[in-house]
Amino acid sequence: MTAVHERADTFHDNDQKPVGHGRMLRKEDPRFVRGRGRYVDDVQLPGMLHLAILRSPVAHARIVSIDTSAAEASPGVKAVVTGATLAGLGLAWMPTLSNDVQAVLATDKVRFQGQEVAFVVAEDRYAARDALELIDVEYDVLDPVIDARRALEPGAPLIRDDLQGKENNHCFDWETGDEAATAAVFARADVVVQQDIVYPRVHPAPMETCGSVADFDPVEGRLKLWSTTQAPHAHRTLYAIVAGLPEHKIQVISPDIGGGFGNKVPIYPGYVCSIVGSIVTGKPVKWMEDRSENLISTGFARDYIMRGEIAATRDGRILAIRTDVLADHGAFNGTAAPVKYPAGFFGVFTGSYDIEAAYCKMTAVYTNKAPGGVAYACSFRITEAVYLVERIVDCLAAELEMDPAELRLKNFIKPEQFPYTTKTGWVYDSGNYEPTMRLAMDMAGYAELRHEQAEKRARGELMGIGIAFFTEAVGAGPRKDMDILGLGMADGCELRVHPTGKAVVRLSVQSQGQGHETTFAQIVAEEIGIPPADIDVVHGDTDQTPFGLGTYGSRSTPVSGAAAALVARKVRDKARIIASGMLEVSVADLDWEKGAFHVKGDPGKSVTIQDIAMRAHGAGDLPEGVEGGLEAQICYNPSNLTYPHGAYICVVDIDPGTAQVKVRRFIAVDDCGTRINPMIIEGQVHGGLTDGVGMALMEMIAFDEDGNCLGASLMDYLIPTALEVPDWETGFTVTPSPHHPIGAKGVGESATVGSPPAIVNAVVDALKPFGVRHADMPLTPSRVWDAMRGQATPPI
Amino acid sequence: MQVTMTVNDVEVTREIEGRLLLVHFLRDVLGLTGTHWGCDTSNCGTCVVWMDGEPVKSCTVLAAMAGGHEVRTVEGLAKGAELDPIQQGFIQCHGLQCGFCTPGMMMTTRALLNNNPDPPDAEIREAISGQICRCTGYATIVRSVRWAAVHEAAAAAGVTETTESPEADEIAAAGSVA
Repeated sequence: MTAVHERADTFHDNDQKPVGHGRMLRKEDPRFVRGRGRYVDDVQLPGMLHLAILRSPVAHARIVSIDTSAAEASPGVKAVVTGATLAGLGLAWMPTLSNDVQAVLATDKVRFQGQEVAFVVAEDRYAARDALELIDVEYDVLDPVIDARRALEPGAPLIRDDLQGKENNHCFDWETGDEAATAAVFARADVVVQQDIVYPRVHPAPMETCGSVADFDPVEGRLKLWSTTQAPHAHRTLYAIVAGLPEHKIQVISPDIGGGFGNKVPIYPGYVCSIVGSIVTGKPVKWMEDRSENLISTGFARDYIMRGEIAATRDGRILAIRTDVLADHGAFNGTAAPVKYPAGFFGVFTGSYDIEAAYCKMTAVYTNKAPGGVAYACSFRITEAVYLVERIVDCLAAELEMDPAELRLKNFIKPEQFPYTTKTGWVYDSGNYEPTMRLAMDMAGYAELRHEQAEKRARGELMGIGIAFFTEAVGAGPRKDMDILGLGMADGCELRVHPTGKAVVRLSVQSQGQGHETTFAQIVAEEIGIPPADIDVVHGDTDQTPFGLGTYGSRSTPVSGAAAALVARKVRDKARIIASGMLEVSVADLDWEKGAFHVKGDPGKSVTIQDIAMRAHGAGDLPEGVEGGLEAQICYNPSNLTYPHGAYICVVDIDPGTAQVKVRRFIAVDDCGTRINPMIIEGQVHGGLTDGVGMALMEMIAFDEDGNCLGASLMDYLIPTALEVPDWETGFTVTPSPHHPIGAKGVGESATVGSPPAIVNAVVDALKPFGVRHADMPLTPSRVWDAMRGQATPPI
Repeated sequence: MQVTMTVNDVEVTREIEGRLLLVHFLRDVLGLTGTHWGCDTSNCGTCVVWMDGEPVKSCTVLAAMAGGHEVRTVEGLAKGAELDPIQQGFIQCHGLQCGFCTPGMMMTTRALLNNNPDPPDAEIREAISGQICRCTGYATIVRSVRWAAVHEAAAAAGVTETTESPEADEIAAAGSVA
């Protein structure tokens, strides 16, 4: 059903629920609470050296000269490497995940503040940093391109003169939908609303910064790389291609990772530098960036300047949505998205509504800023798409003087329309939106809130209620459509049951805190009846796991979770044959009940999965044609994405004297299909909602006109603490995915996607008495203050 | 220079550079990698340890300044195999995801409970407001601390493990229902 989940999942420890889905405490937690997690910076190897990177102090400059002599003479220094050194090795440039190239160390020009220019390898962190100060670089400073709107102006400084024949700062054009059909619908619509909407540049800023430890063995020609990566297998193959080594000579280990949020999908120059450092010195080399380096040089998120238009009938029937986007991709196109989707999955900007036409035109440009683009739990740009549609729908509600909840309810895609093909070609697998929306409204007490708001408005108090309803597209993806640099986005899984009935499952995806060691044990347990405590989950080491594309875009459960369920079913199929031999009946005469096969009509006659495992490895004959052992492997290619949805309601109060926004309540109802571990789901939702408060009210990576990054520390880039967020109110509905083996959809990014528009809609709603229809994020006190005085300006 | 301090009840003496930060002394010199490093600017709090029972951010304390003092890290929270209630609370109430901020959060909130065994939610939020968690959204951290507070109160009152406090059960289950 699509209403409320019925499963009894209120048990509190592993013993009470030996198999399957439900609230189960995390298997990984005991090591973390003891301080025994093993993160990249915890790796200590004998003789290990430390690497530090010299970064450009300016946004755009030609390098005239680099003098490293003083640095080389500094105590403890083992090597100083510049772009010229790398050029000699053919390693000065590397491919990005979007078929662009990026400088590992700058050879000709620096193109953003913080770009990598040289590195030092020394005996300890401090000696390496000391030596950086002694490198003398002479720059010929050039005019930078900071405002994306001016990047394509004639005479704009050319950033990418490294690209053959490049004469301007154009990165790519992209469009989707039907331009003519959309124009025709707009021409006949009763009401058209247009709004310029900026999604400013923000940064995922995981608590653990990026880093690596490289250990190259020159005798064996083997590289071992501990790395903060969300995609160890994809990284290994790219290193193999660039270095000309076979994959089996490269072991990438992604150990415990202190949060990723998309920040750890790309390959950063620092990883390559650590590898070069190890090759040059013959020692293991550690590189760990500091917080400023993380904020100024690694994958940013968003930076979309959008114009949204919506057409509707006077009575509130949405007809069409059109948008024009200017995308700022920074100095190199480092976006990590399936290659056929340069704008990620922005194409879902039609949202959760059944409309007649849609069209999007996008231009992407280079600027003198750090590369990146797809990060911060964005589901490949669905954050931007959902923000656009949910903001513009609220603008329409204001224009029509309709309640924003009513307007949404009136236009939802109906449950009987699924699978639903959108006007931009996305096939939503399943959905039942109204019950989700109604549950959120019930939990919020929506009518009472509106009543309270009316009373407060009459007293001059500023209270706002914001709604956002999102549909996400996660679980990339079908290999016919989706690949990254030619690598299909499928995921492998291997399951081996030991003779004693314990098991090990090996995943191609990797956890940055999502709890895979628990969730995947539960998925397998549900299918094969072995308690989760007896199933060891191995992940994050390319020598130990099958190939796959990694964890991002909420893809682990939709893709790898499906693989885990199917590989367990494959093992169960073999177990059934062995059981038929043990019980001397045909396979058709066996019933499966979690953990055991029973003879039909004679439930007392049964064998457990543990009995079968021992028989599979033990003495005695197996049925004819059955090999010994109890294991299987699979590579799962999803037939479609999964489309979770959710309804969010935010209540804010604004202090009229200071313009400070306080999020008083936040109600989040998520539908991610079948729920494996509700505790983990709730945790992921909470985290995403907090991201939303950050982006909507606090966070922005800003630049001055010279290209200096103004968000270069956590004193300048403000992240919510426990004081800025409320006690979250969460609920759920369940609409299973019809094509996923267990009906699950991804959830990791839903709240990050859905919460910013709910918060901004609430703030704008609170500011209605001032005639405000829109104000851009981040809604800091000064920006809200300006909006209250009719002086709202875009942040960029 | 030589520095001597007590770390998790053990006296240690090491030859160090005068500028060495306490966080690097603990991690790189002593190999106590449970204390993490996250920002350099005292904003994130993933490096919180105790000096003489008070939480400090070890990224902005010189190891030399800790000389003669008692330092306690996350590795010194449990008593052997027995986890501190604050550690149990974080497990029971899903107070952690990636685990990176967790040691600092536990050190701060353990100190809070030492000073006030029954803090209201607002006081717990205030106590951890100098620290950042990117995963949990803080609500489950607050629940974790409440779980520890309630369990310690029950233990102090002589209630046995089999009759746990209803509030603690409610806190632990809060994540599982709509």
